[in-house]
Order: sequence, then C-alpha cells, then structure tokens
Amino acid sequence: MLVVSFVSFSLFNFVGDPINNMVGEETSDEERAELRETLGLTDPIHIQFSRFVVNASKGEFGISYQLRRPVSELIIERLPATMELVLISALIALVSGTLLGVYTGINKKGFLSDFILAISLLGVSLPTFVIGILFIYLFAVILGVLPSFGRGEVIDLGLWTTGLLTVSGLKAIILPSVTLSLFQMTYIIRLVRAEMMEILQTDYIKFARARGISEKSINYKHALKNGLIPVITIAGINIGTLVAFSIITETVFQWPGMGFLFIQAVQFVDIPIMSAYLVFIAFVFVMINFIVDILYYFIDPRIRVKGDATSG
Amino acid sequence: MKFKNFIKIFFAILFVFVSTHSYAKTIKWSMQGDSLTLDPHAQNEGPTTQVSRQVYEALVTRGLDMSIEPQLATDWKTTDPNTWVFNLRKGVKFSDGTDMTAKDVVFSILRAKQPTSDFKEYISTISDVKEIDNYTVQVNTSKPNPILLNQLSNIFIMSKKWSIDFGATVSQNWDGGEETFSATNAMGTGPFKITLREPNTKTVFERNNNWWGSMKDNSVSEIHLLPIKNSATRVAALLSGEVDLVTDAPVQDLARIGNSSDHEVVSTAQMRTIFLGMDQAADKLRSGNTGDNPFKKKEVRQALYQAIDIEAIKKKVMRGLSEPAGIITFPGVNGYTQDLDKRLPYDVDAAKKLLADAGYPKGFDVELRCPNDRYVNDEAICTAVVGMLGKIGVNVNLFAQTKSKHFKELKEDKGDFYMLGWGVPTLDSHYVFHYLYESDASWNKVNFSNSEVDAAIRVMEGEVDLDKRNAAIANAWKIVKDDISYLPLHHQVISWATKNNVDVPIRPNNEPLFRFASFK
Repeated sequence: MLVVSFVSFSLFNFVGDPINNMVGEETSDEERAELRETLGLTDPIHIQFSRFVVNASKGEFGISYQLRRPVSELIIERLPATMELVLISALIALVSGTLLGVYTGINKKGFLSDFILAISLLGVSLPTFVIGILFIYLFAVILGVLPSFGRGEVIDLGLWTTGLLTVSGLKAIILPSVTLSLFQMTYIIRLVRAEMMEILQTDYIKFARARGISEKSINYKHALKNGLIPVITIAGINIGTLVAFSIITETVFQWPGMGFLFIQAVQFVDIPIMSAYLVFIAFVFVMINFIVDILYYFIDPRIRVKGDATSG
Repeated sequence: MKFKNFIKIFFAILFVFVSTHSYAKTIKWSMQGDSLTLDPHAQNEGPTTQVSRQVYEALVTRGLDMSIEPQLATDWKTTDPNTWVFNLRKGVKFSDGTDMTAKDVVFSILRAKQPTSDFKEYISTISDVKEIDNYTVQVNTSKPNPILLNQLSNIFIMSKKWSIDFGATVSQNWDGGEETFSATNAMGTGPFKITLREPNTKTVFERNNNWWGSMKDNSVSEIHLLPIKNSATRVAALLSGEVDLVTDAPVQDLARIGNSSDHEVVSTAQMRTIFLGMDQAADKLRSGNTGDNPFKKKEVRQALYQAIDIEAIKKKVMRGLSEPAGIITFPGVNGYTQDLDKRLPYDVDAAKKLLADAGYPKGFDVELRCPNDRYVNDEAICTAVVGMLGKIGVNVNLFAQTKSKHFKELKEDKGDFYMLGWGVPTLDSHYVFHYLYESDASWNKVNFSNSEVDAAIRVMEGEVDLDKRNAAIANAWKIVKDDISYLPLHHQVISWATKNNVDVPIRPNNEPLFRFASFK
C-alpha cells in the first residue's frame, strides 16, 4: 500500500495544476501563488509525500480541492452506493453465471448453449460504457421501464444509506448492476463450464452413473460442488476488480458512488480525493486477498490437511 | 361495509393523485455540474449562481434580454460620481415571512465584502454602505464606478436576522473547506425556496408563497435539479422523459433531440469568444525553425488570419452552432458593434502573398497548444486550423491536452501559439481589455502592449461620462483590431433542449430564470 500511495503520488505531478480549476480566470497571479502556498503545493515532493503518509496513517486524507469537504467524510458518504452496486452485481454474476455455466457444461452442443456463449462473448468484448449506454437506450429511452440515471429514493439508516428498500431504488440498481456484472458473469460461465466438462469425465462421476444415481443429483450434487471451489476463489478476487470497474459504470449511470467521485476528482485534479481513493482500492485488494486465502483453508480440505501435517 | 370503505379510500387516493397531477407541475432540470455551495457570497461560479438566482435576489438584475432592470431596488440615482442612492421595493418578504428592509441590504453588501467572500474583489470599489431609512440605502464608491449596477446584479441579498440566527453572518470560507449552515440552506426573497438539497444528486425548489413578484405561469410549482455528468446519459434521461430541460445539450446530439417529436432544441450565442493567441514578445519561437519570431510581423499574423476558413469550421466542426467573430467580445457587451465583429475575408492567395512579403515564402514551423476538454469541440477546431494553415506552408504541430495542464503551461509562458476562450460576465468591454490587452495583464500571453490602449483602459475604469467612456472603448477596439494581436475564431453558441410542453427562455449567460418558465 505504501508503494501504491507513492506511485499514485508521483503520478499526480503530471496531471496538471489544480489552481486553475479552483479559481476564476480573473484571479490575479499573486492570489494564485498565495493559494498554492496555503495548499502546500510549493513544498518539494518528498515533503508533500511524507506529510501525506503521516496524515493517511491517522485516517486523514485532507480536504477535497473541489468539494471543500474532508475526503474521509466524502468517501464514507459514497461508500454505501458503491458497495451495494458491487455486491448486487457480484451476486448476479455468481448466481446466473453458475447456472448458465452448468447448463452449457452439460448441454455442450445445444442451440441455447451456443447462444449463451455467443452473448457472453459480447459481455467481455464490449466495453462497459457501451453496454451501459445500450442498456439505457433500450430500457429507459425506447421501453421507458427503468430509470436511466441516479440511485432512486434512498433511506438513511444512520451510518449506511440504502436504496434497496424502496421501489425506485431497486429499479435504479438493475441496469448499473447488470452492466457491471456482465464481465464477471462471462468469466464465471466459462469457468464453471470448463470445470463441469472436466469433472463429468472423471472416474467418480462414471462410478456414480454406474451406481444408477439420477443425472440431476450427479450434476448438481456431486459435480457442481467440486467445480465451485475455483469459482469462489476467482469471484472473491474479482470483487476487488468490480470495485475498480465500477468507476465507468458509475459515471455512465450517474451513480453517486466512489468511482464517480474519483472520475470527477481526476477531471478537477483533486489530488486529496485521488490519492485517498487509490489507497482505499489498494486496501480493498489486500483485504480481499487475505479473506480469500483464509476461505481457501475452509473450502479446500487438501490445504487443511497439509497445513495440519506440517504443523504437527 | 369493508368493501365500501375500500371504495372510499380508493377514490380518495385516486382524487389526490389526479388533483396533484393537474395542479402541481414540476420542471426537472439537468446539467453537467451542480452548485458548489448555497452560500450566495462564497463562490462566484456558473452553476452556483444559477442555483442561487432562483432563491436569492439582488438590488438590480438582468432580465431576459440581459439588460439591467430593477429588482429589490425600484429606482436609484447618483448624487455625486461616488455616491449612489437606492430606493428599495416596499412589501418584499423573505420566504420565512419577515420583511426585507435596508438593514438586510446593508448587511448583505458588507457580507459580500468580507475577506472570506468570493465577491470581495468584484465589488472592491464599494467603500461604504449606509442605511438612510428603512427603504433607502446609500452606496459609496472609492472612485467613480461606471459598472456598479452590473456588479450589484450579482450581489444577492440575505436576511440579517436569519444569518444571525443560524450563525451565517460571515460568508462561508470555501477555500478553507468551512461548512456552514448557509452552505447547505438558502433563504431569500426570490420566487423559489430550496426544500431538499443533496449535492450532486438532487435539489428541490418549491414556490415561495411570500414572493412579491408574479410567475409567468402559476402552474410551475416545483423545480428539481438533477445533475448528470455523462452527456450521453443526460441526453438519454431527456429522451426517456425523466428530465424536462437540459441546459448544456451536447452538440453531437442536438440533431437527434431535435428529431424527436416530443422535444425541441433552442440555441443562442453564448457569452464566450474563442480565439488563438500568438506570442509576439519572444525573440525566437520555442517550437519554431526559423531562428526568429515570425509573429512579431503583422503580415504574418494577418496571413494566418486569412488562411483560416471560419465558415468551414462552423459548418463541419461546430455543425452550424457558432458565430464567426471579428473581435473577442460578443453582442450584448458594451462596446460591441457589428462592424467590429466583421472578419477579414478568407483568402488563401492573399495569405500566401503576405507570408512571402514578410520573408517567409516557405512558411515556418510552430506548435499550436489547445485544451481538449474546455470549450465546445476545442481539439477538433485546432485540428481543422492545422490543416488550413498547412495550405499556406505554415507547418503546425498540434499539442492538445487537458485544461488543467493547458492553462497551467500557458500561465508559465510555455506557448508560442495557443487557443483560449474569453467570457465577459460584466458585459462591458473593460473586462476584455483589462485581462487580454493591458500591458502585462494576467492573461495577455501574446504580450501585446500599447500605451494608447493602456490609457483608454484607465478612462474605462474612471470615467462616469458614458459618452467619453464609450469613445475610449471604441478607440481601443479599433487599435487592437487593426493590430491583429489575436486571431478571433467564433462566439460559442449554447443550446438548451426541452420537452415540447415546457418553455424556459434561453439566455446567453446560460442561466435559466424559472419565474419566466411556462407549460404549453
């Protein structure tokens, strides 16, 4: 994380001058210099960086240049929107990805399988913003059934604001979460399909068939269970990717989350928000990898056995 | 009995639903940005003023045609060149029901002069404000100020009592990241009051029933501001009917919106002129190949001017949405005349000859610096210019980058040849001369310097005799136009897109006035 913060910090030297965005055209050069001085932008880069690290370790990321509010407060305010979006789309990706993956894994040749695979290929090859705009055009402009932007009505639960408890909030989350989940879903479909095809060839499935266990039970109880182990690992890691990918989806759908905040910050050269966001993303990745490693231990008995053997 | 009750409730609900639909009508307004703060003195910035203008009023204001009209002051006079007396409108109430008096006006103007206010420079010539009686206010200036009314039209009047009650007697310190009650709440004398404020998401304006004026259409009861950053999403929201008015419709989508039978597009010249600047002070171009600075010669500047086919840029790049410009100011600004705005003819042969006469028959190399996210189609305009100048042998290398870098490097004197746009919020030519033409002015990056123009600028600042002042402006324009210190390109055009049944008059400063809005 220190590396991420250092890299991001050195990048900010190249994104431009925030002063011009902060003041009007008519501001005099003296006033600009004064503002630069108060923001500490005149200090050498290593002093700026060490100041940043010291403050960040205390959870202080400074004050946004553009919105003029503490960055930590802004991030906490935007966190629920992004988290809801990411979790819902991870859920969509996982559930529908697994189901479709099993189906295409079992029916290798059918028309429907080919169709699902072709569509899923579109999911990876089309950029997220194109898919988002297509969805908006189809469901909001032509059909007029779903809202094209925003988060709908939001209920404030104190620390957390949620859009999942109102009708408009639920309607609003459909398009962005499906858009965001498509890439993941494709990934999972292909993974589950490959796993299923492999497992169905294994000896224990053949034995199960020989014992006369029903196809349904073989497919879902025996094969899928074993096929899911890598899926869970990959899905876990990819939640981090979803958080990062949500930047584009949030911009297209005017979703009031952190990614949207970040894009606005980049355009404004709002260095405090940019650095805080990158550090936060690094933190999310580190945490998810950590959790996945622990989950591995619980899901995969082989690791557990080996671990016990070495410790004993 | 149960069933009867059910029917009653059903009809009651139906009635409420139907009745609210017929009386309360909402205009949903969207644009890219949002107000930065509701404190009317903390930020002098486009969307911030657009939002505050619906809630707050000033002593005078600009009407639909952009001329100065009475608002909270009914009339005014100057007793000597430094003293202005304003008679206030009687019977004006704030939206909380309290009366607006001279005390509030004096308080508000002094508030806008405080160190934390973003308007302190703007009204720096105001030296004193005094209450004469309940409905008369005297404003003193430190020197004669011909554009005082222009300035006062942007100084919003707040309630003194409200400000004291909620700890908002000092303007919010925006640069310092201060959070105040006045930054998230607004209470003025205007036609609307803000009842819900979620920054960058939603702002709800409801009618202020205590307003002194009259709405054009009384059925306009609520305004919802829903900022949408992504232009494609904004257009989609308009087409799907989730938004009624978009005040920054993207050029490339205008045709499609216009083709929709439910929507219409209106355009007007915006208060911004786009032009190219050429550094005439450097002895040697930083990006040149001739070892000298060709821009020092007027013939070269004129050759570039005449080589630019502005009509082609208008047609191909701007899709008809630009007004070719002869000077860096636009209709409506004091000092503008149609005669000045005429361009030199587009003439490639004449341009080649001028270039040869100046000693560059083979042209020269230069770098053109452009922003790519600041003005409408800025990079595309520059690309077109590069091709056109290539035809007379000037080999232009285009360097387009984001605005935060472009303006920074311009300020650091890194550019030989650059694009810039200039707006005139005061609607007076002085603003242009003061920043673009005065010797050593902060945006005078062509390094133009002319003692006669500098003298004329002094006259513009201190002369209250309007005839003499206007003569100085006209003379200054003539000098700079003849010198071709800049290459004017065009005045930007702004476009608003609305649903067919909504009428909100478009204004050159991009500011909607919802008191003039109506349903058709």
